[in-house]
Amino acid sequence: MTNLVYLVPLFPLIGFLINGIGWRKIPKSAGGIIGSLAVLASFAVSLGIFFEVKSTGAVTSVHLYDFIRSGSLNIPFVFQVDALSSLFLLIITGVGFLIHVYSTSYMHDDEGMVKYFAFLNLFVFSMLLLVLGGNYLIMFIGWEGVGLCSYLLIGFWFKNRDYTNAAKKAFVMNRIGDLGFLVGMLLVLYHFGTLSYGDFFGQITTGNAPVSESTYNWIAICFFIGAMGKSAQIPLYTWLPDAMAGPTPVSALIHAATMVTAGIYMIARSSVLYNLAPMAQDLVAVIGLATAIVAASIAIKQYDIKKVLAYSTVSQLGFMFLALGVGAYTTAVFHVMTHAFFKALLFLGSGSVIHAMGGEQDIRYMGGLNKKMRITGITFLIGCLAIAGIPGFSGFFSKDEILASVYAHSPVMYYLALGAALMTAFYMFRLYFLTFTGKFRGTHEQEHHLHESPAAITIPLVVLAILSVIGGYVGLPPVISEHHTLNSYLAPVVSNFNVHHLEHATEWMLMGLSTGLVVIMIVVAYSVTKKPNFVPNTGIAKALENKWYVDELYDAIIVRPIAALSAVLNNFVERLGIDGAVNGVGKLVNWGSGKVRLVQSGQVGFYIFAMVLGITVLFAIGFFWIQ
Amino acid sequence: MILILLILIPLVAGIISMFAKGAAKGIALFSSLATLAVAILISTDIHSGAQISWSMPWIPTLGSEISLLADGMSAMLCLLVGIVMPVIFITNSDKEVENQGSFYGLMLLSQAGITGVFLASDALLFYFFWELALVPVYFLCSIWGGEKRIAVTFKFFVYTFVGSVMLLAALIYLSLQNPGGNSFAWNNIVRAGASLPADQQQWLFWLIFIAFAIKMPMFPFHTWQPDTYEQSPTPVTIILSALMVKMGVFGVVRWLLPVVPEAVAFWSDTVITLSVIGIVYASLLAIVQTDLKRLVAYSSIAHMGLMSATAFSDTNVGMHGLMVQMFNHGINIAGMWVIISMVEQRWGTRNMKELGGMASTAPLMTIALVVIALANIALPLTNGFVGEFMLFNGLFVSGSQYHIVFMVIAGLGIILGAVYTLNMVQRTAYGETVAMKTGGDLAASEYIGLAIIIGLIILLGVYPAPLLQLTAGVSGLMMP
Repeated sequence: MTNLVYLVPLFPLIGFLINGIGWRKIPKSAGGIIGSLAVLASFAVSLGIFFEVKSTGAVTSVHLYDFIRSGSLNIPFVFQVDALSSLFLLIITGVGFLIHVYSTSYMHDDEGMVKYFAFLNLFVFSMLLLVLGGNYLIMFIGWEGVGLCSYLLIGFWFKNRDYTNAAKKAFVMNRIGDLGFLVGMLLVLYHFGTLSYGDFFGQITTGNAPVSESTYNWIAICFFIGAMGKSAQIPLYTWLPDAMAGPTPVSALIHAATMVTAGIYMIARSSVLYNLAPMAQDLVAVIGLATAIVAASIAIKQYDIKKVLAYSTVSQLGFMFLALGVGAYTTAVFHVMTHAFFKALLFLGSGSVIHAMGGEQDIRYMGGLNKKMRITGITFLIGCLAIAGIPGFSGFFSKDEILASVYAHSPVMYYLALGAALMTAFYMFRLYFLTFTGKFRGTHEQEHHLHESPAAITIPLVVLAILSVIGGYVGLPPVISEHHTLNSYLAPVVSNFNVHHLEHATEWMLMGLSTGLVVIMIVVAYSVTKKPNFVPNTGIAKALENKWYVDELYDAIIVRPIAALSAVLNNFVERLGIDGAVNGVGKLVNWGSGKVRLVQSGQVGFYIFAMVLGITVLFAIGFFWIQ
Repeated sequence: MILILLILIPLVAGIISMFAKGAAKGIALFSSLATLAVAILISTDIHSGAQISWSMPWIPTLGSEISLLADGMSAMLCLLVGIVMPVIFITNSDKEVENQGSFYGLMLLSQAGITGVFLASDALLFYFFWELALVPVYFLCSIWGGEKRIAVTFKFFVYTFVGSVMLLAALIYLSLQNPGGNSFAWNNIVRAGASLPADQQQWLFWLIFIAFAIKMPMFPFHTWQPDTYEQSPTPVTIILSALMVKMGVFGVVRWLLPVVPEAVAFWSDTVITLSVIGIVYASLLAIVQTDLKRLVAYSSIAHMGLMSATAFSDTNVGMHGLMVQMFNHGINIAGMWVIISMVEQRWGTRNMKELGGMASTAPLMTIALVVIALANIALPLTNGFVGEFMLFNGLFVSGSQYHIVFMVIAGLGIILGAVYTLNMVQRTAYGETVAMKTGGDLAASEYIGLAIIIGLIILLGVYPAPLLQLTAGVSGLMMP
């Protein structure tokens, strides 16, 4: 089965080609079916691969062809099938399929639906390349490919200038990270002569590489810069909230469940490297923690249902990086998985709400939707319980594991992370209560139109809700079970570093503490939203509503200075400086030729004189030259 | 013998076209397809490191003969000429040009000159073709160009004339240094140059280098280029940007690096510094352009900056990447001009402020624009990526002590490149629809021309092996 791995990306590629070439002729519903079936077929193959890897634990390389070959440089197009990639295959194609099904209904009234499915399939294809690549270059191909699809889908409604601005911003910020990734690759090539995971990690672990710790740190930091862009970490996170301009299923698939977790995949994949780069690890942990806190704080004061979820995603990604930074790689991957379930669920739920509200996204004009939208309401509540970390739900297990690892690493970081987790519980339930409970605050017309969404939307919601509940049981905490299914599955390729196991008593205590506080936060959220009163924010609340003014800051210190510099270069340096000098030479030539023309007087005597003079000079030069 | 066909076909066809009037278009297309066939034939004969050569006597008293040599680099460039010329003629076939016999005749003469430059292995012959390529372009620009054509052509002329004179002086000096009497033959020039003392190599270096730097064009010798691209008719702009700038890079690789090696080693850090400054400088300028042609012109300067930087990095992988990128840059920029000329024809403007919504009115054109734009920013699986990756790699592994600084500054170009390229896409293709003045989406001839370009972008992006194999081992030949 693993030899057929090329089928996994091939199906979505075919789907892309069919829908992409025939986008004007294929009927909408057929486009949706083709797109969904392509991903379903990939999912089927991925399942087979997953179980084969589970039983054998093997790492298989599938060589397709030589991509770049030049002298000693040889970078093949190669796939690597192992525990890590096969798990990601399942997440991508599984959640991906559900979102495709959802989209067949959600996008049905859009004239560009076939094009939409073509892009979505292209995205799945790129994402699969990213996780299947057997070397960093193939990962990079997928990496940039998903960035492209993200760009195309954020700006899907291309007539709106704001949307295309958001798309451009996403691409450019990702490119900043990509430069880091590129430099990281070049460093690896320079020091190790290879980009293949097997060779590279082999050289590291055998200790044969004549490389210092600072080199490992630099490589790891460069890769992490790439991850900052793709996975929206400080300072490169501001594109993700803007990316909500895209259709909601896109937000669920690309900007919550899959693409934005690519950075976590990259670092988990490179765990061998990061284990030898302590400085880089610390940086990952600090950035992750800071992002978790900052983004969670912003989410508290957002009114756009998708913006709350977007900042929540940034914050959750921060948690994952925090886990990576303390060496708990498998824990980060665990949270990638549970987060994929519950965040996709929440986004799709928000899509269902927006659909019912006729495009309204402001939660100030919602309320009481539970009555009209039971399935959406209940599944959304399950998503909230999961992300808040209520025991029994998937998010609890993965988040608890992160917090426990952080506690073992540094109690100070633990308390900060706990703070972010509590904010999470607050803003999610604020969102839930404002949207689904209380009285409806929109217009009568909207209220009249409120309805539960069709089956193509509710079925994916229900499936994801089930996964959001049970998804955590693959990683039970040590106090409950000694066997951690996910860790033992990932063990052959990803090994945690220096993770201390806590005393059982400590762990129970931490669990109790976080659960108790989360419940309190939910009660607080209930009480503040019971009688909603939307007065204009002031002070810190206003700063939060305005996202700490980070966009304005970037605008002032980066965007405007570059624009000003460009203008100065264009108007002064280029026109007056360089071109001016050239035009000066031109004028000199003109002037000179005007003078020289006077020499051609028509007097033969003068010509002869000039000739004799010239010959004399030539002789003189020749004479001295020989000397 | 087959090599001379590449020059003779366009030369003869060009002369015939001058008198053929209405039939000129057909003659041009036919001749360009014939040269493409010959170029393909030659390319299949050349494997890693292999060469084809041919010579006949020319001016024995000066020690010069008509000697041609095709190695992987020459074959690749002839192939590029072979592909770009038909694309020009195909996409232009619906358009009416005044006095078209002369127009197409001059285009073909220029093609003959360019091809000669890529094949000549005699310095005087090289210089002869160098001028043969340029002179028709002066006429094309000054007769068929835009409003400011006279001033712009004059500037272009001054620039290239200064460069040519310096180049000629250096080549003559070198030809006199051959111990066995005057010789312009490439290997004698190389032997003579390399055995000169360092101080003589220094000034020879600058004489030759400036000629090529102007041609590429390299910062700060570039200001002729945006004006000339803007004012030239599109077919000429394509010749200038896709083919003639390669004469500069080719010149550096064949007639500079091996000829004055000590001076090259001495000045390489300086040249690379200028090049990477040029990348950032040109990218920043590209960001503020509103005219599509000027935007692409500055974008091209930025791309050439990376090529010139790596040309001086003295690494095999960089040199190999340079070969790949010369080809791909030519394909991509030709596609860019084709699109821009279609935009100008349909909307009557190249000003991005007056454009928008092309994705609604001309979806096929938009797809082509987006694919070419992605190749322009070297997205993986487009042809731009492989070459750029190898160039960065070459720059990075070069022996210079500043190699990391060079690489990172050059790398800023990939961020800024995304800014101006996506700006261009956004302003022309997205937003509210601006109605077309005439025409519609792609016409059949434009469809064919763009299909060739996009096919190559994707094919060579996914599977670059043919191009890599053709040009493998080239760097070895260049450093005897």
